[in-house]
Amino acid sequence: MEFALTSDQKMLQDSLARTLGDASPLDRVRRFADDVADPAKDVWEALADFGLPGIVIPEEHGGLGLTLLDAALASEALGRAVAPVPFMGVVLAPLALLGGGTAAQQAEWLPKLAAGEVTAAVAISEAVAGAREDAGVTAKAGKLSGKALFVPGGISAGLIIVADTKGGLHLVRGDAAGLSRVLMLNIDETRRLAELTFDGVAAEPLAGGPELLVRLRDAGWVLIAADSLGACDVMLEQAVAYAKERRQFGRVIGSYQAVKHMCAEMAAEIEPARSLVWYAAYAFDAAHEEASLTAAHAKALTSEVGRFVARTSTEVHGGMGITDLLGLHFWFKRLGLNRQLLGGPERVREIAARIQGLAA
Amino acid sequence: MDLTPTPEMLAFRDEVREFLKAHAADFSAGQAKDVFAWQRLLIEHGYAARTIPKAYGGYGAEPDILKSRIIAEEFIAAGAPRGMAGQGISMLAPTLLEVGSEEQKTRWIGPTLRGEIIWCQGYSEPGAGSDLASLQTKAVEDGSDFLISGSKIWTSTAAQAQMMFCLVRTEPDAAKHEGISYVLIPMSTPGIEVRPLKTMTGSAEFNEVFFTDVRVAQDQVVGGRGRGWFVANTTLKHERGMLGDPNATEARLGALIELMKGEVVDGQRIIDNPVFRDRLMQLQGRAMAMKFNGLRLITAQLTQEPVGVAGLVVKLQGCELNHQIAALAIDALGELGILYHDGPHLRARGTWQRSYMFDLGLIIGGGTAQIQKNIISERGLGMPREPKPAVL
Repeated sequence: MEFALTSDQKMLQDSLARTLGDASPLDRVRRFADDVADPAKDVWEALADFGLPGIVIPEEHGGLGLTLLDAALASEALGRAVAPVPFMGVVLAPLALLGGGTAAQQAEWLPKLAAGEVTAAVAISEAVAGAREDAGVTAKAGKLSGKALFVPGGISAGLIIVADTKGGLHLVRGDAAGLSRVLMLNIDETRRLAELTFDGVAAEPLAGGPELLVRLRDAGWVLIAADSLGACDVMLEQAVAYAKERRQFGRVIGSYQAVKHMCAEMAAEIEPARSLVWYAAYAFDAAHEEASLTAAHAKALTSEVGRFVARTSTEVHGGMGITDLLGLHFWFKRLGLNRQLLGGPERVREIAARIQGLAA
Repeated sequence: MDLTPTPEMLAFRDEVREFLKAHAADFSAGQAKDVFAWQRLLIEHGYAARTIPKAYGGYGAEPDILKSRIIAEEFIAAGAPRGMAGQGISMLAPTLLEVGSEEQKTRWIGPTLRGEIIWCQGYSEPGAGSDLASLQTKAVEDGSDFLISGSKIWTSTAAQAQMMFCLVRTEPDAAKHEGISYVLIPMSTPGIEVRPLKTMTGSAEFNEVFFTDVRVAQDQVVGGRGRGWFVANTTLKHERGMLGDPNATEARLGALIELMKGEVVDGQRIIDNPVFRDRLMQLQGRAMAMKFNGLRLITAQLTQEPVGVAGLVVKLQGCELNHQIAALAIDALGELGILYHDGPHLRARGTWQRSYMFDLGLIIGGGTAQIQKNIISERGLGMPREPKPAVL
């Protein structure tokens, strides 16, 4: 009975950080960012060797059978490394299959997903963040039509879980006829989003409906929040390290209170947010009645903290902070994407109010 | 990470509920009818002084975060008073437990817990605020006694207190931090004068205390002569924990939500105004983060792992959050929010305005927000101290 990470979880964090340090150092991330045709297959394979694709998939289907908290810790590590890997589908697609798939669907897809042979994406942006640009997918007689925007990893996924405008979920094969995909280049060059167009695409319905969609939304919020935490940690660490080295007026700038206090404020924002993200991830598995509200607040708070840290760390670095050479902008932009994906903080807080009956 | 309620925890929650139900007549509106009797009752059942050993007048339970949380939750839910707080219970008692002599522990802790002895804290001086270690109140040896002269400020409850735990300079020639001793002084000793210090709230929540040749036995020193700075840091740690108490924040946020549901402007409830609702949700998210941060700290204490930055931020963030909650309540009340004195339109007896002003004092007191940021950056992040300026 304790509110702390287990030694296994700490080991997971450390070993994943080492794997990412080897497979995806910053110069590897830069090459990915500079070449939209680079699929970062080498990074994915290293993570597949690690077992990451099967992190929440039960052992009988070839996965690690871990919890959302473990997945959140992995997400945090990916955020730390600004890893060029779409992670949302890795966790949410198995959750969708486990929560709403038939035994046959689970048996067909889970082992392939766990092995990393097939990647999955989840198209739930319209259902969670709201429909833009007339996007939205409708289901009729087993066929999907319409558009889904902002699908992480959607450009290459072999399996796509799609939410329709009524909150139903569907399984779509990557090679289905009538499915077309366009890259949505965005501010964060470490993650690729897709615009998917469905023109009478054959789909298999998943059971579970809007309730399952809520579970996917909550898990997605927690993962994004954790990714932001990892990015915030790095930006703070880099700011502190820079402030301890950079000298002006004959002193390291980290000895000026004006600079120290910026760093202290970042730390003071990050640490309580970390506690909330851990709890929200834990609640997803162990305290369902608190899961949605804590996930919403974790997502909204890390969005605010992320914006503050991204800006403040950059400022501590002075002019160097805005250069491409330093690379700090990769984390800045990662946080920028995380803030908006699956709903910006204002929208998510409104949902938080609704969850507890404080808004209509 | 495991917070699932075991049958033992469910039974414990029932036990707390039963207790509160059985004693519902002993309190109303968050106030005990007889605060001393209530305090004794709470200690007897382990709802106050829970982890302080029985030998020193506590309940003697092993620390258990889940049980502590259950007690806090059930007391909040029932609107029941948590028993006495005050600097004796929350600061002196834990400090004596850590560094006091056996005689001091036996003599002081029990009566303090039962509320029989009220304590005040004599730390700050007019010339020693953030730079507390520069304090000048001096204790001069006179036989087996000290003669204490000087003055203290920001001394809450000095007018009610029977005792003061006080920092005095006993070794004038020692280095700043090494010449200080931590002494226990009866407030009835001749030569002590207490003057109320009225603040912006209109009340005198603090006092000034003046000492003129106040005679105190040398065996009233805690933790050894010249060790006062280190003893005081033990106490300050407890104070900072108390100042950011997330359970108190949660209760206050609950009151704010009720206020926003109940207040109506032009036929619209405040909670239905999206701008106010969003401000409320922002604060709720922060309050939640501080609450779970508290759970993390308690776990770290139990497993004796370093809490690091997560512990250093509690005072800074907790006090700021409380102030923001009061600020939103005043804004939600709008023009009604400016009322403060008794009258037909006053809400909650003026509590929100009082908190808004008093909490600003808490942001400043117990180590200002700026001192907290120095601590976070220096101890938490390993950043260098500001170099000492050349002597002017």
